[in-house]
Amino acid sequence: MLNNQGRPTAAGEATGSAHPTFTGNRALQVEEALLFEIGRADCTGVDLDEPAPFTPRLGGLERKGEIGLVGLSEPETMRHFVRLSQKNYGIDTGLFPLGSCTMKHNPRLNEKMARLPGFSDIHPLQPQSTVQGALELIDQLAHWLMVLTGTSAVAMSPKAGAHGELAGMMAIKAAIDAKGEGAVRKVVLVPESAHGTNPATAALIGFVVKPVPAQDDGTVHVEDVKALLGPDVAAIMLTNPNTCGIFEPQIVEIAKAMHDAGAYFYCDGANFNAIVGKARPGDLGIDAMHINLHKTFSTPHGGGGPGAGPVVLSDRLSRFAPLPFIRKNGGRFALVETADQAGDVQAFGRVTAFHGQMGMYVRALSYMLSHGSDGMKQASEDAVLNANYIRAGLEDLMSLPFPDHPSMHEALFDDSWLKDSGVTTLDFAKAMIDEGYHPMTMYFPLVVHGAMLIEPTESESRASLDLFIMTLRDLALRAKRGETERFSAAPYHAPRRRLDETRAARNPILRWTPPQPIQQAAE
Amino acid sequence: MRYLPLSDADRTAMLARIGVKDIDALFADIPADKLLKAPVDLPRRKGELEVERQLGRLAAKNVPASSVPFFVGAGAYKHHVPATVDHLIQRSEFLTSYTPYQPEIAQGTLQYLFEFQTQVALLTGMEVANASMYDGSTGTGEAVLMAHRITKRRKAVLSGGLHPHYAEVVRTLSHMASDAVVSAPASPLADEDLIALIDGETSCVVVQNPDVFGNIRDLRPIAAAAQAKGALLIAVFTEAVSLGLVESPGAMGADIVVGEGQSIGNALNFGGPYVGLFAAKQKYVRQMPGRLCGETVDAEGQRGFVLTLSTREQHIRRDKATSNICTNSGLCCLAFTIHMTLLGEAGLKRLARINHAHAVKLADALAGVKGVSVLNKAFFNEFTIRVPGKAADVVEKLAAKGVLGGVPYSRLAPEAGHDDLILVASTEVNSDDDRAAFVAALKEVL
Repeated sequence: MLNNQGRPTAAGEATGSAHPTFTGNRALQVEEALLFEIGRADCTGVDLDEPAPFTPRLGGLERKGEIGLVGLSEPETMRHFVRLSQKNYGIDTGLFPLGSCTMKHNPRLNEKMARLPGFSDIHPLQPQSTVQGALELIDQLAHWLMVLTGTSAVAMSPKAGAHGELAGMMAIKAAIDAKGEGAVRKVVLVPESAHGTNPATAALIGFVVKPVPAQDDGTVHVEDVKALLGPDVAAIMLTNPNTCGIFEPQIVEIAKAMHDAGAYFYCDGANFNAIVGKARPGDLGIDAMHINLHKTFSTPHGGGGPGAGPVVLSDRLSRFAPLPFIRKNGGRFALVETADQAGDVQAFGRVTAFHGQMGMYVRALSYMLSHGSDGMKQASEDAVLNANYIRAGLEDLMSLPFPDHPSMHEALFDDSWLKDSGVTTLDFAKAMIDEGYHPMTMYFPLVVHGAMLIEPTESESRASLDLFIMTLRDLALRAKRGETERFSAAPYHAPRRRLDETRAARNPILRWTPPQPIQQAAE
Repeated sequence: MRYLPLSDADRTAMLARIGVKDIDALFADIPADKLLKAPVDLPRRKGELEVERQLGRLAAKNVPASSVPFFVGAGAYKHHVPATVDHLIQRSEFLTSYTPYQPEIAQGTLQYLFEFQTQVALLTGMEVANASMYDGSTGTGEAVLMAHRITKRRKAVLSGGLHPHYAEVVRTLSHMASDAVVSAPASPLADEDLIALIDGETSCVVVQNPDVFGNIRDLRPIAAAAQAKGALLIAVFTEAVSLGLVESPGAMGADIVVGEGQSIGNALNFGGPYVGLFAAKQKYVRQMPGRLCGETVDAEGQRGFVLTLSTREQHIRRDKATSNICTNSGLCCLAFTIHMTLLGEAGLKRLARINHAHAVKLADALAGVKGVSVLNKAFFNEFTIRVPGKAADVVEKLAAKGVLGGVPYSRLAPEAGHDDLILVASTEVNSDDDRAAFVAALKEVL
């Protein structure tokens, strides 16, 4: 069957496999049609009784006609989504060395705790007297975050890392406005190696982004920052450890330079997992830093969220926070939800409805309590140890752009070692898929050509690391020997071969539409 | 530590292989005076049993919705979620996967996102939907920015029926970005004249339906008036189940539709994580924020899915991106999609009818309580009652009697001066006994 774009809608018709099957299936890899190709309009997997007859009060605005949705019975639903799940790679499948993303083990205790009805089945607007335990949990988590970062305040409500960046930069803007400098301080310095969210966040609230050059050793030098400083500079957004996996050695000097110039230091905390229990960002002079609970504190990534991005604030910014926040009065916890309740905090407004990602808070606190101060320090050390172990195992075959600094939690290679091999970073990554690994982060950071950013995390055993190193060494040697076929069309063994992204973007098909009758399609 | 596979012997051997004498040699770039010598002042590690006990004690201090007659809504709704949903979203391959940047080994995530986008587009009556936002409120902020980009104007008009938290998110973002916002006063009776606020500078009008007071609004005149002046209609919803019974925002002329998807598949979770639904007309797709999943083929011609149109996004466009969003609500989308698959068209419509029927019954019962009046003429599963005295006190007294009887509007917008209004929601979870308990408790506390 063809859909209205003339694409095959049934899998198996176009298989190029060496051993084609009637179904297109390959044993445990079962092809699964789209929900809309197998569901029925009249089918439901939920037993509900029709209400007794009554007179609707919809003001004449009832929906007319069909919505177009389809349903499946419960067993069909189960099978549909289980089959889909089997086309995914997760941390539980194997080593997931996605640099900067921190794919560490997600303890199931955390899932169990988050599902306690006392946390999952409470409403954000039920009376505060009925949610004291929830407020206490948020307060506890806030305490852990402040102690670990050496800061004096934390805004809990941001929903993800980039949202935390937004809240933090808003706090900086509010502080600048309070000093009457809002019309002047418009520039935010962002290193070229930064995550894309940094410049996007700054631009979103009207700042002008000015790039800071990266030096040859992969770090930002205080002299380069000073050269850009002036009365127009509001802040710098710096990731530390940076996206090259290096701890910025001059970070204290950079912070001081910013403060001396009357500007602020926003730290992107995406890589905080490398230094938890080893150093406190507050001691380094940062003014604001978001913490990706889904990276550092192991709440599951869930295929792209939900995350949580609380942002810690220094003394210089703690009076400029978003709503809501929690205030402790004796043994009671109270939510400060509106500006008139905020007292001496010059709350700049809300960044989201309600109070933030409670489900993620429970998971993160469960992780923290399990590890404790000693376990978190050990986790950071193991993450750094594992990254450097991989680096040591590969550095004679693959090229390190910044050999002069130890790696923190991730090892960065460039593609100069692939020069003239006919193999690209992308090809190499896709060949890793055939070997049973998720690829590393590719082509990021942008300051390194053909970047390969490998973050093993603390969750890997030595045996797992050894096999990974041996696998990459084998692939590297094959690439150098010119065995390009293994790479250029990889992956061969994944549920799909390489996908045509250009085609997807040129003629976007973003939803299912019913197939047209053949004669109509031919017209 | 049960989560750390390395032994001390491993660590020693690995340090030797790396060629350093101790672990702190790898942290040498941290200024020596900033390197912590001892663990920070927090408790030491705990076993599972101890963690369960400690968190269990905190959980036990809260009153779960399922344990009492429960009528709290105002942007988050208590619905029954089939057991299948929570089982499936905990499949390792869904739970522990990443954003599908490697599509060959992420077709599971990508296919359900494609199905999710289709379901959202159908429900909202729009041509395209994205792969989710954090929640309805942040999605609303993004929708306003999108309208500004499309119209090249920078003034939003907000209805007085918009959830006050949503309005506050828009105002905060707009203030920071130096954009203008005109907020109509709170409008419990839905009798505001929004059209009078639209002028040639207006980029968009933001209207919630059903509104925060539960009123069902006819968006068609507002859509026509906005579009006649070159502005867009952004239709907002906070109760996705309403779309099973109420005319879709797309059919009423909306240009962008944004809403909260929590009601389908997701628990209350004290406010998060939720899932923002975001849909628009096809012609605006390149101005949309967030991830989009699209259909394509692989090297063998087999259908597959990828993230697409990423030249809108921050990792490519940086300070020129349509949004700074990166992570969205992947797993909450999955919960939405699974629950919607189980419901199907027939189940969703029936669920919506049940919700409406329960709310009608409750409204009539509460209207019979002396001193109480129901404000709404038309509503779905939520409505507003006026009570004698302060609504906040009444709600507290009801809670003391074991009934969670709604949200005082004054909690959301204390400055609005509507201190005697309670927003009351009723869904399929409420029984006749729940309703009777509510009525009896209300009579006692008034």
